[in-house]
Amino acid sequence: MNRGRAVFLVRLALLVGAVVVLEVLCRNGVIDSLAILPPSEMFDAMIERVGSGDLNEGMAQTFSTIGIAFVLALALGTLAGAVLHRVPRLRAVLDPLLASYYSVPTFIFYPLLVAIFALGKTPLVILGMMSATPAVVISTLSGLDGVPPVLLKLARSQRLGRLRTLCWIVLPQALPRLFSGFKLALSYALIGVIAGEFLLSGTGLGYAISFAYQSFDNRAMYGAMLFVLLIAVTANGLLYGWEARLSRRRSRQ
Amino acid sequence: MAGTTPLPARRRRRFDGVALLLVCLVLWQAVASWTNGIAVSPPLVALAYLADLMGQGSFWGHVGATFAAFLMAFVLSAVLGLLLGLVLGVWRFAGEVWEPILAGFYTIPKVTLYPVVLLIAGLGMSAKVAFGVMHGMVPITLLTLASIRNLSPTLLRTARVLRLPPSRIIAWILVPSCLPDITAGLRIGFSLSLLGVLIGEMFSSQRGLGFLLVSGMAQHNVPLTTAIVLLIVVLAIAANTLMLRYLKF
Repeated sequence: MNRGRAVFLVRLALLVGAVVVLEVLCRNGVIDSLAILPPSEMFDAMIERVGSGDLNEGMAQTFSTIGIAFVLALALGTLAGAVLHRVPRLRAVLDPLLASYYSVPTFIFYPLLVAIFALGKTPLVILGMMSATPAVVISTLSGLDGVPPVLLKLARSQRLGRLRTLCWIVLPQALPRLFSGFKLALSYALIGVIAGEFLLSGTGLGYAISFAYQSFDNRAMYGAMLFVLLIAVTANGLLYGWEARLSRRRSRQ
Repeated sequence: MAGTTPLPARRRRRFDGVALLLVCLVLWQAVASWTNGIAVSPPLVALAYLADLMGQGSFWGHVGATFAAFLMAFVLSAVLGLLLGLVLGVWRFAGEVWEPILAGFYTIPKVTLYPVVLLIAGLGMSAKVAFGVMHGMVPITLLTLASIRNLSPTLLRTARVLRLPPSRIIAWILVPSCLPDITAGLRIGFSLSLLGVLIGEMFSSQRGLGFLLVSGMAQHNVPLTTAIVLLIVVLAIAANTLMLRYLKF
């Protein structure tokens, strides 16, 4: 525990130190203030932009897009994973595809998606889904593979029905791996949607950043950027902590 | 197929692979027909356009620009990632301090940071390379770190008993036992540095495949966009498959 606390304190000191050094370098003019704003001003700009409400519409757009993409990816991914698990031949065919899926940068499809569905929410939702779904499929497969055959035999010998086998045996065994897939899916959906908005779109937080960049409004850009990064770090941190708590509870049992 | 004698497994797998390819082509053709070729060109048109592009010198200039930036980004990611991973893996305390920071950086949408990279590095090659390294280096570091940390203590104790010098420890123990994880890290780093370079070119650049992709869309040149997407997908999958097959330890 003592060591853990030391690690935490050193990490905190490093992060705070980095911010302070950046602040000092910017204030002294070592770093050009046209390139990087001092962190305190970034923070001010963020409060200003969020407080003034001009990010509200973008936030609503971005969060709803990420939410839809994430939920669809979970539903489709678990379904596809379950089907592939049941049909080994299909799985053997698709396995190489799944293995190299993430080597293809998904964003290159975005111009095509925009051309098909026109600018708006739909191509962004699909881009987010394209980034997130395979992670869910892969984790569903590995979760289902990880259920020990002994337990399935036990379920059969107890004559459990399908639903009960699923709820009492399969899900508790597969949940940790499923959960790590869900965690990845959220961060991939978030990255996909914000990157899509950033590259080409008319609304959303990603667009707010690239618009501010293109109109040379550094203050607005850093404000929006800091806000997006804080949201992403918080969302991922919450899931990370939740997962750690789950695995601790499992190891205690 | 039903009723006939079962084909040998290998032939069946090849049949399934060809079937998958055909299904993909049919889907592609269906999307193209459904949109009347306004959004996506059909496979044959895209292939013909790609062949035409390959005959032009300016196209190879764009390919060269992307390839040079990617190669530099990947080599830098690999060297820096391996070194940092080695240091953080051996020096445990620093590893524990840095791992969550790196993992956090790995999951944030780094695209939003691209304007900062542009403001620091200026438009051009160095910004693309820096952005590729930002994407590619972290997974290599994290996997190298984890593989060194998970090194079996028995192996190290054996090495101590045998009084192996550090050079032998590295050559006989560290490298062989960490190689699988490290190659997995390099494979991910490969894909992500390519992604970083392409996004950089898509956002603001005058050269490279990412630029062609976006300019094809801006000029409503649908065959160009489709052909570039096809080229990148085929290259990425081919590179990854080769690495999966030949970098197995």
